[in-house]
Amino acid sequence: MSVPAFSELLERLLFTPGRNAKIALLRGWFATQSDPDRGIGLAALAGELSLRTAKPALIRELIAERTDPVLFALSYDFVGDLAETIALLWPDDARANAPPPTLGEVVATLDAASRAEVPAIIARWLDALDSGARLALIKLVTGGLRVGASGRLARTALAEWSGQPVELIEESWHAIPPPYEPLFAWLEGHAPRPDPRDAPVFRPLLLAHPLEEADIANLNPADHAAEWKWDGIRVQVTAGPGGARLWSRGGEDISGSFPDILAAMDFHAVADGELLVLREGAVAPFSDLQQRLNRKAPGAKMLAQYPAHLRLYDLLFDGTEDLRALPFTARRARLESWFARTAPARMDLSELIAFDSFDQLALLRENARAASMEGLMIKRLDAPYIAGRTKGNWWKWKRGTQSVDAVLMYAQRGHGKRSSFYSDYTFGLWRGEELVPIGKAYSGYTDAELAFLDKWIRDHTTQRFGPVREVERGLVLEVEFDAAQFSNRHKSGVALRFPRIARLRRDKPADEADRLETLLAMIPAR
Amino acid sequence: MWQSVLAMFPRKGLYTVPPHPETWLRVTDAGLFCEPGGFFLDPSRAVDRAIVTHGHSDHARPGHAHVLATRETLAIMRARMGAERAGTAQQAAAYGEAVRVKDVTVTLRPAGHVLGSAQVVLEWHGARAVVSGDYKRRADATCAAFEPVVCDVFVTEATFALPVFTHPPAGEEMARLLRSVAMFPERTHVIGCYSLGKAQRLVALLREAGWDRPIHLHGAHMPLCALYEELGVPMGELRPATVADKASLAGAIVLAPPSAIADRWARRLAEPVVCMASGWMRVRQRAKQGGVELPLVISDHADWPELLATAADVQAPEIWITHGRDDALTHALAARGVRGRALHLIGRGEEEA
Repeated sequence: MSVPAFSELLERLLFTPGRNAKIALLRGWFATQSDPDRGIGLAALAGELSLRTAKPALIRELIAERTDPVLFALSYDFVGDLAETIALLWPDDARANAPPPTLGEVVATLDAASRAEVPAIIARWLDALDSGARLALIKLVTGGLRVGASGRLARTALAEWSGQPVELIEESWHAIPPPYEPLFAWLEGHAPRPDPRDAPVFRPLLLAHPLEEADIANLNPADHAAEWKWDGIRVQVTAGPGGARLWSRGGEDISGSFPDILAAMDFHAVADGELLVLREGAVAPFSDLQQRLNRKAPGAKMLAQYPAHLRLYDLLFDGTEDLRALPFTARRARLESWFARTAPARMDLSELIAFDSFDQLALLRENARAASMEGLMIKRLDAPYIAGRTKGNWWKWKRGTQSVDAVLMYAQRGHGKRSSFYSDYTFGLWRGEELVPIGKAYSGYTDAELAFLDKWIRDHTTQRFGPVREVERGLVLEVEFDAAQFSNRHKSGVALRFPRIARLRRDKPADEADRLETLLAMIPAR
Repeated sequence: MWQSVLAMFPRKGLYTVPPHPETWLRVTDAGLFCEPGGFFLDPSRAVDRAIVTHGHSDHARPGHAHVLATRETLAIMRARMGAERAGTAQQAAAYGEAVRVKDVTVTLRPAGHVLGSAQVVLEWHGARAVVSGDYKRRADATCAAFEPVVCDVFVTEATFALPVFTHPPAGEEMARLLRSVAMFPERTHVIGCYSLGKAQRLVALLREAGWDRPIHLHGAHMPLCALYEELGVPMGELRPATVADKASLAGAIVLAPPSAIADRWARRLAEPVVCMASGWMRVRQRAKQGGVELPLVISDHADWPELLATAADVQAPEIWITHGRDDALTHALAARGVRGRALHLIGRGEEEA
């Protein structure tokens, strides 16, 4: 019964706004389903299921053989979504006669089938399922599953379900392919923790907190180090006998886009740093890096034109030695000696800035006008490398205009030459478990970013309301603005003065976008 | 023009061919009017003589001088609009009882929609038309089951007249609800539903599914549930949702009008799981627009297969469609050799679905 059960899970995840409720649903899935189905479902949700997929046109042909074209057209017009229309219209007559397929069966059968066999196989399954399960199957086999449940959320649910720390799960996750049977065996206490050994795995990052004026008074300059905050993306490099990987800050494997960096990773270590495009020692604007991020497999010209560089600022593992419990100063010393010893190409060390007072730093921060500099990082000297956003370990102190990292919620097509593009964006911040809209923007992006946004929105639409599309909560936008003020225009109670899209934060998971409190703190007292 | 048609068919004459209902049932601004009987069917405004199929407000309007309906429908009308507005003269007819109105024989037959709902069978000079009101073919413990009547013209609704609307068995939807209650025992499941028919059917379905704990009601749902009980439909223990404290509603099931479930009223509930029971929940976008967390596809209207099955059962060569999606139904009927005709009645489908 796993496909019907999976469809119920999908349906609930789609309609459930709250993060905790989503986690409860996922926990229920892990607890009630058996292997390999629960792992396949998990992989599908986390976007890690590789399945031989069928084209939507194939499914459309199948339904055309079974329905009146006029009734199909009227129905499609009413429902709006092709997969849903087909799922609802598929004749129910044959249903009672066949048992519904399991997820394991779907994966194994499609894997073994020849191209010519696929249509009949899918038709047979659709005959055996009810409308909700048909929709799940169609989305699964056409690769169009969108439920707004990220891999991170799934791993958090695994942690809550099993009582194991999410950090350990994160580390094992990347070493075990779907359907993750050894992982479930460990989490259920039947087996020891799968040892990632030399396999390159992602280690959860220490995340920085925004530094507010009020925080500064409590900080002792002598207890802290300062570094420039460069306008690139945060990455983790993992290299050793088991291979090398470049991870985005959310644990997404982006190695493929950066073969130049990969080639330079001929060491055995795990390090944390900022990925940049660097030309003749100067950091290029973020949009240059974005060119590289957009390419899954960049050509030689792209590699030459946008040379990637890594500015390292922390060392998590030296060989197999875990350094994360050491204080910052000790890790920094190890980083420096490791770097001197290894001297990897395309990498350098983040400079430490000497300072006596925060006033002095503030001045430095304001005078640093290069577009590639975002501000400063302030790090507590005795802080160990603890995954997550523990306040007081690392601070980010951005300069200049104010900005927040907001999540794209709705999009609308523009006017004139943008009339075919989804170019007007409504974005929001987290309040508790829900996203609340804070504003709309329709400028600030480059043409390439607009093209990307437009495609992303079409691929990730969850609902349509007339001209407006609601999208999966999956894309973070850095929104710059002149001022924030109280307003009742939006549900959040806040409005932005001259908001514009400063850049796309494709490296940042939506659940790490800013919280509404962060924005409220930017509103000057009246 | 009507006078001339009537002149062609003298009242006491004998017809060799029964007169086509088109010649004696016509669409007016107030709804369908039966010329030889002098009455309207579910008129949309106050009239002298009305026959009312059921108590929903888009069918039962206040202020008629004379109302013919089932005993239950009349009771529902009195409860909803006050005795004085529910018709100056009220005439109750039992299901199956032939009532003569002028030259026309009127018989009410169960429609299976809500308690008291009736199809109106009209017979005049050997011709028979059935005005079904709203109806469904599924089992419903709170009202009598639909009885098909063979006729010359069948007047149907078409609320869910698209092939995408195949309502799942209500029992499956209840099972889904109860699985959710088990999964979120600390939260209140609040189900948006209309106060006449749907609320009571949900109570009955919950009881059938084995839910014997009290069911909590929004104040707006109390009077009709009490009336159903009075009219012989058992409801089990019902409690107001308004007096209970938040903690006591953890794990409870609350029924409330759709307008209340996502509004300030719902703040009194413990982390509510917002559910909605309606046939429209079949389409995701409809469900998501309302901020519903658990859509329950439970309808008191005929779905697409029921509409087609009913058309076949009543064997009418012609089917008139009062309101809803007439295009798809007309098309599908044509393929079955049945003539469909859209009446475009105004003001229908406003209360519930």
